[in-house]
Amino acid sequence: MLKLGGKVIKIGNETGAANKILSISTNVTLPLVLRASKLYLVRNSNIPTGFAHYLILNSQRDLAPLIPNTGSYTIVPDEYSYIGDGDIIRLSSHRGGDIRVLFRASSPHNSILVTEQCNHYCLMCSQPPKAIDDSWILDEIEQLIPLIPQDTPEIGFTGGEPTLAGDRFLKILALAKSYLPRTTIHILSNGRSFKDNRFAQKYAAIEHPDMMVGIPIYSDDPTLHDYIVQAKGAFDETIQGIINLKRLNQKVEIRIVIHQQSIKRLKELSEFIARNLLFVDHVALMGLEMMGFTRGNLDKLWIDPYEYRNTLSDAVGILGKSGMNVSVYNHQLCLVNPDIMPYYRKSISDWKNEYAAECNGCSRMNECGGFFSSGIQYGYSKHLTPFKTE
Amino acid sequence: MSKFKDLESYVSAEQYNLLPFKFDRLNDQEYILTNMVGEFHIIPSQKLETIIGHRLTEDDSDFANLRAKHFIHLPKENAPVELLALKLRTKLARLANFTNLHLFVVTLRCDHSCPYCQVSRQSEDKAAFDMTEQTADKALDFVFRSPSPGIKIEFQGGEPLLNFEIVKYVVIQAEERNKIFNRDLHFVIATTLSLLTDEILEFCKAHKIVLSSSLDGPEELHNQNRPRPGKNSHQKFVEGLDRARLALGYDQVSALMTTTDKSLPQVKEIVDEYLRLGFHEIFLRALSPYGFAIKTKKFMSYDAERWLEFYKEGLDYIIELNKSGTRFVEQYASLILTKMLTPSDPGFVDLMNPSGAGIAAIVFNYDGAVYASDESRMLAEMGDKTFRLGHLAENTYEEIILSDALLDALENTFTLSVPMCSDCAFEPYCGADPVYHHAIHKDIVGRKPESAFCQRNMAIFKHLIGLMRSDPQVKQLFLRWANRC
Repeated sequence: MLKLGGKVIKIGNETGAANKILSISTNVTLPLVLRASKLYLVRNSNIPTGFAHYLILNSQRDLAPLIPNTGSYTIVPDEYSYIGDGDIIRLSSHRGGDIRVLFRASSPHNSILVTEQCNHYCLMCSQPPKAIDDSWILDEIEQLIPLIPQDTPEIGFTGGEPTLAGDRFLKILALAKSYLPRTTIHILSNGRSFKDNRFAQKYAAIEHPDMMVGIPIYSDDPTLHDYIVQAKGAFDETIQGIINLKRLNQKVEIRIVIHQQSIKRLKELSEFIARNLLFVDHVALMGLEMMGFTRGNLDKLWIDPYEYRNTLSDAVGILGKSGMNVSVYNHQLCLVNPDIMPYYRKSISDWKNEYAAECNGCSRMNECGGFFSSGIQYGYSKHLTPFKTE
Repeated sequence: MSKFKDLESYVSAEQYNLLPFKFDRLNDQEYILTNMVGEFHIIPSQKLETIIGHRLTEDDSDFANLRAKHFIHLPKENAPVELLALKLRTKLARLANFTNLHLFVVTLRCDHSCPYCQVSRQSEDKAAFDMTEQTADKALDFVFRSPSPGIKIEFQGGEPLLNFEIVKYVVIQAEERNKIFNRDLHFVIATTLSLLTDEILEFCKAHKIVLSSSLDGPEELHNQNRPRPGKNSHQKFVEGLDRARLALGYDQVSALMTTTDKSLPQVKEIVDEYLRLGFHEIFLRALSPYGFAIKTKKFMSYDAERWLEFYKEGLDYIIELNKSGTRFVEQYASLILTKMLTPSDPGFVDLMNPSGAGIAAIVFNYDGAVYASDESRMLAEMGDKTFRLGHLAENTYEEIILSDALLDALENTFTLSVPMCSDCAFEPYCGADPVYHHAIHKDIVGRKPESAFCQRNMAIFKHLIGLMRSDPQVKQLFLRWANRC
């Protein structure tokens, strides 16, 4: 698992550049006029002049005296050695200095947290919400987006519930469209804000060519859905939100996290979707992530994927036969039936992806999505069976 | 963890409301509930009163199902009614498009003399039974008045290939007009394939014309049912099939079968013959009570019950084929299953409400008369012109489409208002058939307890539901059939 933020070891000769959001360069020959707004990642003793700030890994701290000009630099732990050209980080001199990696150019899974506020309190929330004013995050995103490389294939917006930021969130989406016109946008939202047709219309008016909202539905039974998300009336609003978005021709994905509660009516939910929401663009069935609230609610949530594999096959069969675009995410290859294969996706974000000890020697590890690192740490199926080479 | 509430906290304290639904006894122990968008749910008989009396509680296993299928909803919920409206609009979407299928009867002459045929003539007199260019022009004027974005022109007979000149004329003229109208235009020729020539196939290929043919079963049965000089109807069909598939593409030729009394003991052999000849589907059809079928009493030679036995045996066999790995579809079941298991409607003319007569499909006879359906013109050939809507040379489009003959038939047989249909739980899967009921009962509504149409369809609906419930594998198969279009 990659470390995305924490303390720095030393800030040398602080000049103020250390409190900005800056994109990283490793390009020795970058034109001088472009250097002043970038942060140079020191790799060897050949260090070009003119950059706003310099980043040095702890193991290379001996190079610090070689920093030219002002000598404004920061030394970070070696865990950040994955940082590369085009990445965007925020350095702060606050409380001895810390670093946060906001964007990784080499990753296909860049996800931007919009707010930690949420009007759900899901039993299995991996990012437990906080009821605090965190609008500073919005300022940060507005600075971040112009720095993201234009050839980025996709970025995600997540939360909390991003739409709670209202018009400011829409402004960020418009910003993304103008700075990154060819970048696909994926938004994780509970969809309830779109129940307000005026909000849905403003969203649609952004006219982004490739933007999708991923919205969770955990049951066809409103009571069960409301219980899972711990919010009364949520199901009714979410459904209306989906209808409004699709009426405005916006892309919508339905996301179903599978656990002990949602598995109860997964087949019925699939029938409900095929019958009522056939027009959504994608249905994603996802394994449980052992993060945040899940760990405390494990008794209510955990079910071994091995035990629900036939139900998963039924659900995927219903959706697939109805002609829907279906994907199965976050599942291990040896725990799903072969009929899942056409829908199986290797999906876990690279920085969270690992394999179990039992997987050693498995001949299909390359095809397998593996585990969330949290899964390896906090529990996974007792039925892993490595595939043997034929 | 106290910060999370339990499931019970999300149970509504308010009483539920009923959304519109109908119910019928399915068997001695159970009721079936259905709603206008085709959702169905089966409950034990004693639970019906509890549900209707608003006494069902949320801990009852049926509560969530009835709520999710939109039979009941809670007072503050908006999504259920919105979804119901959406599904209803989807089911009825086809109506707004109006007429898609236009049948051109280009000749009554035929090289076959099938005893059940309604209309064919063994005449050499071309002038008497062939459509003229003048009539075809008028028919095309009519076709392009339809607002439908999709237009299908089907050539019927007799044997349309006996008047191929007019087929060519209509195709070329229609394509010419379509440069302006820009519809999704398709052509079909209903033919026995016995008179195919290279020239005909070349023309079909060039204009993407699909062939719809007839296959009644194995050689002996087929030749008995479909006599022609030389007694080689089956052989002619197989030869034609091979040539047509080679020239036009394997999937460009389809076949329909008709069930006669001779077919009844041979359903497996019939299915096998379709399999042997490389078809992936069959439409197990009953004889229609028209034309020569009535005259020759062929139609009376088996009743609905015997036909159902035939149908069920055939369906069982087809299900077994699928289970053992051979994909094969029974089309009538597939059409009904689309109504039962999906939000869409297949738009099948015999199972539509309002009836598809005249508005989903319309027929231009060789002589310029316009009929509400193929069956309507067959009735007319027997002297009953009830469903003759007008004449291309004498009446305008408006006069024909707004004729009493058509509007009365549609309005008076609307299944949501017709006695015994309006409160039938199977109504969402069924349709209005004014022409059939007029032919048999001399009344467009008909007498439902005596109606073979009703008896046949009700039995099939129940049978399909029973099969799905008793075998999850069949449910999977039916789901595939339901979503095949």
